[in-house]
Amino acid sequence: MRKALFALALVFAWPPPAWAVNPDEVLSDPVMENRAREISRGLRCLVCQNQSIDDSDADLAKDLRIIVRERLTAGDSDAQVVDFVVSRYGDYVLLKPPFKLATLVLWLGPAAIAGGGLIAVLMFFRRRRTGESAVQPAAVLTRPPPLSDEENRRIEELLKDDAP
Amino acid sequence: MTAEIGHFALILALLIATMQATLPLIGAHKGYGSWMATARPAAVTQFGLVAISFGCLTQLYLTSDFSVLNVVQNSHTAKPLIYKIAGVWANHEGSLLLWVLILSLFGSAVAVFGSNLPPRLRARVLSVQAMIAVGFYLFMLLTSNPFERVFPAPINGQDLNPLLQDPGLAIHPPMLYLGYVGFSMAFSFAIAALIEGRVDAAWARWVRPWTLAAWCFLTGGITLGSWWAYYELGWGGWWFWDPVENASFMPWLAGTALLHSSTVVEKRDTLKGWTILLAIITFSLSLLGTFLVRSGVLTSVHAFATDPARGVFILAFLIIVIGGSLALFAWRAPQLVSTGVFQPISREGALLLNNLIMATAAAAVLLGTLYPLLLDAIGGGKISVGPPFFNAVFIPLMVPMIAAMAVGPMLSWKRADLKPALTRLWTAALAAGAIMLAAWALFADGPVMGVLGIGLAGWLFIGTLVELGGRLQLFKVPLSDSFSRLRRTPRAAWGMTLAHLGLAITIAGMVGAGAWRTESIQAMKPGDTVTVAGYEFTFDGAKDGKGPNYSITEGTFRVFKGGKAVVTLNPEKRIYMVSKRQTTEAAIHTTFFGDLYAVVGDQDPSGAYVTRLYFNPLVAWMWGGVVIMVCAGCLSLTDRRHRIGAPAKSRAQGRVTAQTAGA
Repeated sequence: MRKALFALALVFAWPPPAWAVNPDEVLSDPVMENRAREISRGLRCLVCQNQSIDDSDADLAKDLRIIVRERLTAGDSDAQVVDFVVSRYGDYVLLKPPFKLATLVLWLGPAAIAGGGLIAVLMFFRRRRTGESAVQPAAVLTRPPPLSDEENRRIEELLKDDAP
Repeated sequence: MTAEIGHFALILALLIATMQATLPLIGAHKGYGSWMATARPAAVTQFGLVAISFGCLTQLYLTSDFSVLNVVQNSHTAKPLIYKIAGVWANHEGSLLLWVLILSLFGSAVAVFGSNLPPRLRARVLSVQAMIAVGFYLFMLLTSNPFERVFPAPINGQDLNPLLQDPGLAIHPPMLYLGYVGFSMAFSFAIAALIEGRVDAAWARWVRPWTLAAWCFLTGGITLGSWWAYYELGWGGWWFWDPVENASFMPWLAGTALLHSSTVVEKRDTLKGWTILLAIITFSLSLLGTFLVRSGVLTSVHAFATDPARGVFILAFLIIVIGGSLALFAWRAPQLVSTGVFQPISREGALLLNNLIMATAAAAVLLGTLYPLLLDAIGGGKISVGPPFFNAVFIPLMVPMIAAMAVGPMLSWKRADLKPALTRLWTAALAAGAIMLAAWALFADGPVMGVLGIGLAGWLFIGTLVELGGRLQLFKVPLSDSFSRLRRTPRAAWGMTLAHLGLAITIAGMVGAGAWRTESIQAMKPGDTVTVAGYEFTFDGAKDGKGPNYSITEGTFRVFKGGKAVVTLNPEKRIYMVSKRQTTEAAIHTTFFGDLYAVVGDQDPSGAYVTRLYFNPLVAWMWGGVVIMVCAGCLSLTDRRHRIGAPAKSRAQGRVTAQTAGA
């Protein structure tokens, strides 16, 4: 559903669809080619909207794909290839941003939210437990006024065909 | 003239909405029955006016009136009729008009069918709906008027982006919007309840069907978009964690949580504050989704700077809606009293776990989507957040949730024991183990995550069946007893079971398509044969042709398996005449175990064509599972308790009048 919600696709010319990896780029060694594909998937096509160089048909993406393959054939490890590309284009090229000060909130955020949520749930249960004995009377006091007959009748009506 | 009528109707709708936003609200506060009573006719009139406006824009598209800017930018006389209609909402201004059309339609639905609602609640709900509408009308009239004229009128239009000229995509935005706007109902009810200071089971019963319907539409809409990407973009990808996808996925995650927590409010009279908060969050994310995609901010923060009017309006609107509702929540929520108590290990506890995980997932997606924008805006440098990040965060959240999903429905309300539930699930564990072994044997060199994922899908599927079997007391009581239990099972319960089964199937499809696809990219000359996943693709060459507003290159592949002909595939490459843009139409042959997927590309100087051939395992499961989920939602919607009140309408009507008069 890429470009899916679509106005953007109208406003910003979207390149023709995926003519990404072309036969002439593919390495003859399938293991090496697989490594190249894996690396390409993590590198951003810098002139596209959120596409990896593996998905993009832009010239720049093609150049980068070829560079990745050249470095691999030259004997670089995967990490060395990525470092090489980052040294030329900066962190922006990485689709998985590196863990550092500027991305601290990004990487720790989800865990913090999950942790915070868990603590809130635990507190909810604790409060409930103590609430059963102590706080309950207060809660009763703040209750809305009792239901009118009319409202009771409606509830009856609503509950009549309640399924278990 | 048509454009002016449409424009004028929109202005009138703004005025009506302004009235509807204020009078009933004051009336409900002060107890003026006649003021409250204005809400219903206002809502219906508003809908009528927006419908006129929308009709006018459609008419302009149908007649290709190129004196209107919007038509010029998005249409062309040679465009097929269906895309002239779809062109109405395939652009910023028109899509906003569709948004308010749906909003006012839902508002008038409450006005017309809401006779069994307490009059005060109804007045407040309609008033909140109108407030949202006022924001949208103002936004359109001030910054995004679809009826803007252009002089001199050009001879012809600029045509619609060819990628959008597709049946799947023609109905994708309306589906998505039905979902987004559907959540506005949950929001309006939540705000009305906060003003009222009361949330009860009757309230939850009103909110649930709207949430459920919105969820069905949103699920369908997202899937349509995903399906479109799958067949249109030419390499069989279906989810890219692209910001525009995330924009629709966030409200889906929050909406799914809301769907589950509203059950707790309805059945157990607890988690009220949380459910209200979720309703606010879900709609806020829907608004954010609408605007994120429409404002251009996703491409670059600087889009805000180039078109400050829109950007500032959107920002202000979001701040007012989200900030205002959260402030109201903070002020009033402590007054909501919950009576139901429950232990951590219970059905409520399981639903709470679902909520916790879904909310965290929504927050993580939000963070990942907005982080690059925020960092750039504060001058922290440019970073990219792409699929590797989202997978790293999202999958660890989903694994425990799906694991728990098989257990949750087995727990009883209030207080449950985990041990018997887990012992009943031994068959599911066994099945999951067997499936994982089989997957491992078949795809030993594939990713480990694939094996784990398919095992998880099996666990959920069998676990859900075990729960169903337990509910029917299958093999414990005579079969006829089980059958009568089956017949007595309420449709909402069926909905839950089916939706969970559908999700299990969808997950299996996602895992299959994601982990085990086979790809082959090469240059082929006529007569060449390539083998992909045991299928032999023979290329018979390509020929040129012509469509209504594009030219075609159509390739032909004959596919064989073990010497037997399977299918002939005809992928197309289209070049649209006006925009000179190229699209691919992949040829797809769907089988139970996977899709054969062929794409034909450019011809190289030697006369060979670049071809891309894929075997995408279990893709049909992915779509089929979603269809089951949506059907399950619809089935649940037809549950008896959602229909109550309908037969008693005339009585309710009398009661309302009596009350209004008395008030």
